[in-house]
Amino acid sequence: MRRFSWFNATSLTLGFAFLYLPMLILIIYSFNESRLVTVWAGFSTKWYGELFQNEAFLDAAWVTVKVAFWSSTFATVLGTMAAYVLVRGGRFLGRTLFSGMIYAPLVMPEVITGLSLLLLFIAIGMDRGVMTIVLAHTTFSMCYVSVVVSSRLASFDRSVEEAALDLGCSPFDAFRLVTLPIIAPAVISGWLLAFTLSLDDLVIASFTSGPSSTTLPIRIFSAVRLGVTPEINALSTIMIGIVTVGVVTASLVSKRTMTHRAADERKAEQNDKL
Amino acid sequence: MNIRRIFLIAVPYLWLGALFLIPFGIVFKIALSDGALAIPPYIPTLDFSQGWAGFKDFAGKLDFENFRFLASDDLYWKAYLSSVKIASISTLATLLVGYPIAYAMARAAPEWRPTLMMLVILPFWTSFLIRVYAWIGILSNEGYLNQILIGMGLIDEPLTILNTNWAVYIGIVYTYLPFMVLPIYAALEKMDDSLLEAAEDLGCSRFSAFWLVTIPLSKAGIVAGSFLVFIPALGEFVIPSILGGSKTLMIGKVLWEEFFNNRDWPVASAVAVILLLILIIPIVLFQRNEQKQREAEE
Repeated sequence: MRRFSWFNATSLTLGFAFLYLPMLILIIYSFNESRLVTVWAGFSTKWYGELFQNEAFLDAAWVTVKVAFWSSTFATVLGTMAAYVLVRGGRFLGRTLFSGMIYAPLVMPEVITGLSLLLLFIAIGMDRGVMTIVLAHTTFSMCYVSVVVSSRLASFDRSVEEAALDLGCSPFDAFRLVTLPIIAPAVISGWLLAFTLSLDDLVIASFTSGPSSTTLPIRIFSAVRLGVTPEINALSTIMIGIVTVGVVTASLVSKRTMTHRAADERKAEQNDKL
Repeated sequence: MNIRRIFLIAVPYLWLGALFLIPFGIVFKIALSDGALAIPPYIPTLDFSQGWAGFKDFAGKLDFENFRFLASDDLYWKAYLSSVKIASISTLATLLVGYPIAYAMARAAPEWRPTLMMLVILPFWTSFLIRVYAWIGILSNEGYLNQILIGMGLIDEPLTILNTNWAVYIGIVYTYLPFMVLPIYAALEKMDDSLLEAAEDLGCSRFSAFWLVTIPLSKAGIVAGSFLVFIPALGEFVIPSILGGSKTLMIGKVLWEEFFNNRDWPVASAVAVILLLILIIPIVLFQRNEQKQREAEE
């Protein structure tokens, strides 16, 4: 084993400083008293107070959460179905086209996805609003969900499923009682991924939203074009905080389930031996 | 073929067909239409009520006028070339920044690696827009970077970084860094250290052992990471419009402006079609690389 050199330590320190300092500065200056964002004038939480009185931001936040919740839920259902078809579906007509349509949105520039969906909604005369953003977000995030779920589906031992079928389960029961619990962590992380992708999306939402359905990123973007403001810093701090708590909790929970599962497997093995 | 299986295949298939494939058809169609002062702002529109004659009339009016326009106006040429240039330089810079990080992660004690991985992934979960926004305060003329540099006496005049291509490079490196670090780390982690010892025993200096052994063994990660940065950077809109200046030409921004500011839908669609054609090359190369990787592992 080679030693961890001073060069390695420096790269890690500088690398993580680069990744985290900008966000740290943002968080610190959200507690700045002054409206001038680059001059420190003492600690204050007044920008948080102002943020919570800003109706436009609160409305946008509510629209964003609604869109993210529904689109990630639909995307999880559709994406899991698509993953199942890709991994277990066998051959069917147009399978290549299907897998192409699953992978293409992952590499598609957002401006093109947004433009094409908007042109579709106009062509079929659909009024733009929360509904159209949900449809758009579902479409691109179901592809991410399906990639996450299909890698889990491909890696697990299929004989467990076959055993359930042999023991008299209907295919649906086998899926519900055996497959679903096994792929559940991937389905949950797929949902979380879809949720954050939707929360974060500016470009596709800008194309597909209507006048009454401004999302938070659209609001932030139009405010940011006028420069840095302490309210946006406060809002960013709240969003960073939520994500950090969410990701850390999720990884702790998954770590605990993993240790539990490992312990259960060891116990099962010991019982076998007895 | 039972009902359940048909249902399982049909639902996601039809969804993607209706909301992914058909919209592309519409983009292609509008790219061949002409702009007009109407709602929707292009002609011809397909009139189903006239049946086949209506369709023939419609198809006859489609032409490549918009593509000829894109070819004749050098704004678009420059925007495409400048996107490729900005994406290439940023990819190279991301590689130079990301490689030492991935290398150090692979060298860290095994019990530390999951934490280091999570620290690299965590920023990816926080809002892209906010991460880009954070750099405005750092790079502006009165920003923190200039304050520090002036305070240290390194410069007298503030450096103009914000609203130039430099800010765009920094923004792309910053936001896409995890995409570069993770594949390289995955490749380096699998590497067998005894190869390096063998190289040194056979008389290689540490540097040439790194150059002749480590770099070739991590090539798959380098290639994958570079594509993962280059492909999205090429069509990037948010970074050039927030950090870049009026002189920063990127095709994603041009498309946006054609659509929202000039309301020229046919030209915006033609720009999209060409962007797609340019992207096909790196995407196909990327998939071929992934496939080779999978075959090598089997």
